[in-house]
Amino acid sequence: MTALAALIRRDIKIALRVGGGALIGVLFFLTVTVLMPFAIGPDLALLARLGPAILWLGALLASLLTLDRLFTADHDDGSLDLIVMGRTPLELACAAKALAHWLAAGLPLIIATPVLGLLLNLDAAATSAVALTLLVGTPALTFTGMIGAALAVILHRGGLLLAVLVLPLSIPVLIFGVAASQAAITGPLSFGTPFSILCALSLVSLVIGPFAAAASLRHGLD
Amino acid sequence: MTLIDLANPTKFLSLTARVLPWLAGATAILLLIGFYQAAMAPDDYQQGATAKIMFVHVPNAWLAMFVWGVMSIAALGTLVWRHPLADVAAKAAAPIGAAFTFLALVTGSLWGRPMWGTYWEWDARMTSVLILFLMYLGLMALWRAVDDPSRAARAAAVLTLVGAINLPIIKFSVDWWNTLHQPAAVLRLGGTSLDKAFLIPLLVMAVGFSLLFVTLHLAAMRNEILRRRVRSLQMMQASQQAA
Repeated sequence: MTALAALIRRDIKIALRVGGGALIGVLFFLTVTVLMPFAIGPDLALLARLGPAILWLGALLASLLTLDRLFTADHDDGSLDLIVMGRTPLELACAAKALAHWLAAGLPLIIATPVLGLLLNLDAAATSAVALTLLVGTPALTFTGMIGAALAVILHRGGLLLAVLVLPLSIPVLIFGVAASQAAITGPLSFGTPFSILCALSLVSLVIGPFAAAASLRHGLD
Repeated sequence: MTLIDLANPTKFLSLTARVLPWLAGATAILLLIGFYQAAMAPDDYQQGATAKIMFVHVPNAWLAMFVWGVMSIAALGTLVWRHPLADVAAKAAAPIGAAFTFLALVTGSLWGRPMWGTYWEWDARMTSVLILFLMYLGLMALWRAVDDPSRAARAAAVLTLVGAINLPIIKFSVDWWNTLHQPAAVLRLGGTSLDKAFLIPLLVMAVGFSLLFVTLHLAAMRNEILRRRVRSLQMMQASQQAA
């Protein structure tokens, strides 16, 4: 348990201190969101209607951007080999790393959401609905993305391939995340159904992600 | 003859060399009969002659999922049983599966244009099949991105098993969500809802296309084995020249 806690603390420290890794994601999120009105036009009613989708897409791309840091830095300096050979089960270590990554890179996105919601003319209820769905949905993005990150370690130069592999897996999360936020804002569907499916997706990825990532790390590093 | 006996590539090559001509012949005959029966099948009372695209669309869509199933079993073979030919099977199946998925999407959208008035609709089954197609392409990219075939095999096997989650979603998407695509008609509880005049040609076509897959798959596996032999011979030659 202490080993896992140490791993989480270390990963968060590295993410916050070295190269501003966590904040780069937020900056990217901000930039993508700001780009949208330039592409769509500054029609406030339209922006409010598209707002949840824009925020979800921005969060998805931002979390994808920071994903390849999850294992590659550790692989480069050799600490990944120590984690793989260590006594802590690799599945748990992977889960701890993903949790640390989500705390350092995913949570700031959710904290930034209310500010970005203002830019997109979303009212308080809509913004909180989007923030709530992001809070539930981004762990799924991190934990399924971890599978791609583990595969990218084997590839060395897998930056773009990582996106190609991970994005199809994240489509269900995107569908139900946006559906839940839209349901909360405009109806007519109830908020509960897509929201519970979103929770289910997160829980499933919480189980599958660490096992698949650990399997590909174990088989890939030799 | 068990699966273990086939672990020897030379045995596999000699066996498939004997089997392949028969398989190819049977495929050709079945597909010819299937196309003839499909052409002779009566027009649908609502859709007219356009319904006949079903005889190509449905087998392709079945195979799109079936091939991923085959690749998932091969992935288990790579990761669990370490069968030497499992990764060859998985690698050879991916482009064929992608082709079937692409054909299912294209025939479906050609059928959708006169019937639904649109080439594409973001309906649950179409979206999930499109995701399947993207995952086939990603898998093929992964195979190409790693130089060492055995490492590529294990990475691809993990991704294949993760992607297999999509299969039940595709199969049951038309039952779970009330969408434009019609629900399952052939394989369903309470027996088929398809008339015999359509069912028999459809089944002939399905068997024919499945045999087509087996034929292409075995041929592609042979090519892959030969390609690896050429590669290792080239490596040997290069190392001898260097020495």
